[in-house]
Amino acid sequence: MTSRDGAAGPPALAIRDLTVAYRDKPVLWDVDLTLPRGLLTAIIGPNGAGKTTLIKAAMDMVPALAGTVEIFGRPYREQRRLVGYVPQRTSVDWDFPTDALDVVLMGTYGELGWVRRPGRAEIARAMDCLEQVGMTAFARRQISQLSGGQQQRVFLARALAQNAELYFMDEPFAGVDATTERAIVELLKTLRARGKTLVCVHHDLQSAPDYFDWVALLNGRLIAAGPMAQAFTEENLVRTYGGRLPLPAVAGAAPA
Amino acid sequence: MSALIELLGDYTLRTVALGSALLGITSGVLGSFAVLRRQGLLGDVLSHAALPGVCLAFLLTGTRTPAVLLAGAAVSCWLGAAALFRVVEETRVSEDSVMGIVLSVFFGFGIVLLTFISKRGDAAQAGLNTYLFGQAATLVWENVVTMAALGLLAIAAVVLWYKEFKLLAFDPEFATSLGYNTRRLGLLLTSVTVVAIVIGLQTVGVVLMAAMLVGPAVAARQWTSRLSRMLVVAALVGALSGLSGALISMSQPRLPTGPMIILSLTALVVVSLLLAPERGLLWERRHRRGRRRDRGPEASGDGA
Repeated sequence: MTSRDGAAGPPALAIRDLTVAYRDKPVLWDVDLTLPRGLLTAIIGPNGAGKTTLIKAAMDMVPALAGTVEIFGRPYREQRRLVGYVPQRTSVDWDFPTDALDVVLMGTYGELGWVRRPGRAEIARAMDCLEQVGMTAFARRQISQLSGGQQQRVFLARALAQNAELYFMDEPFAGVDATTERAIVELLKTLRARGKTLVCVHHDLQSAPDYFDWVALLNGRLIAAGPMAQAFTEENLVRTYGGRLPLPAVAGAAPA
Repeated sequence: MSALIELLGDYTLRTVALGSALLGITSGVLGSFAVLRRQGLLGDVLSHAALPGVCLAFLLTGTRTPAVLLAGAAVSCWLGAAALFRVVEETRVSEDSVMGIVLSVFFGFGIVLLTFISKRGDAAQAGLNTYLFGQAATLVWENVVTMAALGLLAIAAVVLWYKEFKLLAFDPEFATSLGYNTRRLGLLLTSVTVVAIVIGLQTVGVVLMAAMLVGPAVAARQWTSRLSRMLVVAALVGALSGLSGALISMSQPRLPTGPMIILSLTALVVVSLLLAPERGLLWERRHRRGRRRDRGPEASGDGA
């Protein structure tokens, strides 16, 4: 890779003309989105706007009808090792028979490849990642015994273990307690300070301007994208949410 | 006691007991993954889908050699799985409905073939319908050797791809994001499961085989919260039910082996559901009452 320095080199993520449909139902229309490196970006929009689909399509997890995605200037397939992923916490069964450390170790599977098992080096790295999310004491805890916030931290630690440059996170703040929310915000800022690029699906309009540098407003189509102060306007929010705009949220937005 | 020792010296008994234990071990291990992937019914579909394969193999070759019939069973199992996945992917029909359809179609076709074979009245057909409910007494030593070889193959596959199968069962989306082809991985796991099913067809039969996959896994999950241990416990539960079912049925005249294995397994599952620490119903109830006592009478007013 070239330099991690903000402006240099190709953008962290460049999506062009992306169109995705589930069966015949279009979910994303003609999305163009380019994100520079080293920023925290929120993807915001109403339910069913295609936020999750957008990050899944960017990671080649759902087939696109049209469009291209480039990660640091190259197709995703060549850059997979540079991408980390935090799925929605509710997407897995937390009663699965395993412990926190084991889940975090899964973050190392990508570079291990087929058949090879994680060894001492991987375990040390996983423990380090657990420490970064304040979960060292819970390494050997059965995952069903963790609170929602703790489970979310385990998922974040797993993504850290991927050692990626660009992270996609699907609702990392959903259903977590206030302590965890603060811890996650700190972690995101630490990652940004290390030059990582983060893209989070986010649902809380009020906290968005405080937590993120950039925003992409989405509702099937991309309504607006850019630095928070320019894109997160009342006018754009109304265009994104239509009549369904939760009113108090507008207070957080920059005047149109 | 001396009667038991005498029994163990018996060739038939040794063969049947060993075969049943082998079947229990493999189906316990592979069934654990099926249960954790919430595909408990998949085993039912696959084992029923084996029947037409058994009949067609007989019709094509004219032999009743188990190895030939089981090869036919494996192919038709696998076709059933492929049909199932294909239809789920290509249509809007829900997975459980497709499972119901595939199971009935394959099993129905198998019964048609079985009836056709028996109507032909040739003597060689006698014994094909033992594949419905299994008949352990028909096992001979070579069958057990085949079962052991297949079982070893299935277990070796799980050891080799343990990490991949675990990831697939826990978080297939994350597996996809890491670059694993989860469709191919799922098909691989299903193929190994087919091997486990084929091992059980002679002893337990197509109708009851699903229980051999689900039962040991459900019991094992009660006793441990670690996947590696769960696989070992499921193998032990499977082996124990196979052994005890075989011993009970052989010690009494006119008791069928396959159903006895399933009944022994059911007993172990019930005991596990009731008594296991942490997850057992009785353990939970006692624990809850204990906690209420600890809080003292004045705290018990808040209900819950």
